[in-house]
Amino acid sequence: MSGNLNNRAVRTLAVWCPDWPVIAAGGAVDEPGAVLRAGRVFACSAAARLDGVRRGQRRRDAQSRCPELVVYPDDPARDARVFEPVVESVEALVPGVEIVRPGLVVAAARGAIRYYKGELPLLAKVSATVADETGYDVQLGLADGSFAATQAAYAAHVVPPGESADFLAPLPIRALDRPDLADLLSRLGVRTLGDFATLPRADVLARFGPDAAYAHDLAHGCEARPPSARKAPPDLAVEMALDPPIERVDTATFVAKTLAEQLHDRLVARGLACVRVSIEARTESGEQLARSWRHGGVSTAGFSSSAIADRTRWQLDGWLSGGIRSHHGRPTGGLVFLRLAPDEVVPDVGRQLSLWGSDFSGIGDIEQVERALARVQGLLGPDAVVTAVVGGGRELAEQVRLVPWGEPRESLPGDSCPWPGRLPSPSPATVLVTPRAAVVTAVDGSVVEVDERLTVSAAPGFLRIESRAPVEIVGWAGPWPLHVRWWDDAAARARARFQVSTADGAGWLLAFEAGRWLVEACYD
Amino acid sequence: MFDTQGMSQAAALSPDLLERVGVSTLTSWDDAGASALLPLPAALAGLFPEGGLRRGWTITASGSSSLILALLAAVSRRPGWCAEVGSPLLGSAAAAEAGVALDRFVRVAEPGEQWASVTASLLEAIDLVVVHPPVRASAGDMRRLTARARERSAVLLVAGDWAGKWEGAMVNLRVTAQQWHGLGDGHGYLQAREVQVQALGRGAAARPRTTSVWLPGAGGVVSPARESAA
Repeated sequence: MSGNLNNRAVRTLAVWCPDWPVIAAGGAVDEPGAVLRAGRVFACSAAARLDGVRRGQRRRDAQSRCPELVVYPDDPARDARVFEPVVESVEALVPGVEIVRPGLVVAAARGAIRYYKGELPLLAKVSATVADETGYDVQLGLADGSFAATQAAYAAHVVPPGESADFLAPLPIRALDRPDLADLLSRLGVRTLGDFATLPRADVLARFGPDAAYAHDLAHGCEARPPSARKAPPDLAVEMALDPPIERVDTATFVAKTLAEQLHDRLVARGLACVRVSIEARTESGEQLARSWRHGGVSTAGFSSSAIADRTRWQLDGWLSGGIRSHHGRPTGGLVFLRLAPDEVVPDVGRQLSLWGSDFSGIGDIEQVERALARVQGLLGPDAVVTAVVGGGRELAEQVRLVPWGEPRESLPGDSCPWPGRLPSPSPATVLVTPRAAVVTAVDGSVVEVDERLTVSAAPGFLRIESRAPVEIVGWAGPWPLHVRWWDDAAARARARFQVSTADGAGWLLAFEAGRWLVEACYD
Repeated sequence: MFDTQGMSQAAALSPDLLERVGVSTLTSWDDAGASALLPLPAALAGLFPEGGLRRGWTITASGSSSLILALLAAVSRRPGWCAEVGSPLLGSAAAAEAGVALDRFVRVAEPGEQWASVTASLLEAIDLVVVHPPVRASAGDMRRLTARARERSAVLLVAGDWAGKWEGAMVNLRVTAQQWHGLGDGHGYLQAREVQVQALGRGAAARPRTTSVWLPGAGGVVSPARESAA
């Protein structure tokens, strides 16, 4: 065996779940099942293999050989997701696993072998643990190098140290998983890995290229690199179990403030800012309230610790006073658990102050503004301080959405579309939230009506709003029909809108609906 | 002894350049580097003795919400922060058309009984706060809010039915006459309104001034109509 200076093969353990895509899709080993990708069989179960189904067959061929074949859709995300518990259970025993693909992990095993005092005990422990924790049967292989270990796992074999090349020699070229190269080599008469390994490396490199040279190394049992371990993502959430249970909101807020500062320190240490935080609280009777808060502020990239503490206080206040609906309603016990988890983090780029004075040409300072608004929110609740977003809609109330301060001001898809039937600008400066009753009479005293054909019974002459004195109408326009939700019997509204100007110079927006006149807005 | 020619050249720097580097080009500057006068719509500037809203003043406006929106727009556009307390009926679409930047216009529409503390908190940081007291304000509240506006260099604008009785207001604006144009006999739409605005005040603003403006005029902005001094 030629010594390769680049050989970094280490004692490697490979854990292989046969036919993983079928198992992840929910198929059982003893049922014929197959996963198709791009119209061809990608993986099939052992029972299907007995019937003659092979990888690469078309669907028709497979089903003709095995009529009871159950076909599952291809979903790599599901394969990865379902494989995660297996990875975690292997990782608990042998740290530093590399996921080659869903269904196959390799890990450098030297440390684990020493810890478990032998290779066979390690293998027994791994297969027992995986079977216990996840219920899946796995095949294990142990050899020098990932490729040899994988081939050993396919054969459920332990290759003694230094004998990888001998183990690999009788395997067919197909094992390299390079179909073009395998095809070419087999036509040239090189049918096993051993035959391939006897070829001189320099000639292989010259004739077939660098990838074939790499495959040549693999056939020798030499690896260019050891398994690259995956790093577990850091857990940034902070939580605290509260003992004795906390009954009062202000004590809970104090605890939340401490937790919020811990969370803030963890994020800052990694250069992150939190844009969405989820706050979870649990009581001793098992009731739970979890809520996500998004950050829409301008001056900082993410939440500050006092902002998180404020939101915890609002959430707990809302829960205790019955405002926020949770599954269990109002809590009956004290708080025993509080958890803050950053759901969405962004890199914290800080804030570049402008060179001349404050950011806004000397008028106002946004941090001061945010502090003042947070104080008002503390007095009245988070929904009391709003900014308006004007968007789509035909009714005056629909056009304006009130967004609480601190939430992001997003525009909806319909906002920039044309809305025929909207009132012409200028819009009224006073919009009545509840329309007031009015009476519009003609010059002869009869009430003006509008029928379905939008014919006005008489020209409007006088307007009387609620109990005030009637004023003379000097100009009017309409009827402008507005039919909303005509497809929904319960919510349909048919209205005719009018603009009138009266003798005292005022302008009004009136609506005639179902035989009554209403004042919707005042153009003052 | 010193060469002062360079200094006068600084004053001749073009307003565009100053605006691009983010320096305000308002008329008067005090020690803090911030301007002491908040901008007004050009058509209404004649109503005020100095041509601008002096920071720290309390003013009242009654009779028209569009007048309030026009005042808000001039400050908001400059850019600045505005807030309103207790006016749930104020139309946001009309505010946007008048030129108020909605992301810098904070609304606390229903403060309930705490309207005075909310207004006081907002005066700390916001340039122009419009308050619509839900009840007749007590003398103590009026004094406190006026003093808070003065010490924080913000402008308090009191609107609503009891606005005229606010003590300590420097200028009281009132819409004395209005006339809408654009509606015919079953046709047209409300297009523009001619309005007479009167300003009465104390001190330098003691002499009543009246002006006619289009509120809203063409394009939704305030523009002067026939000028007439009282």
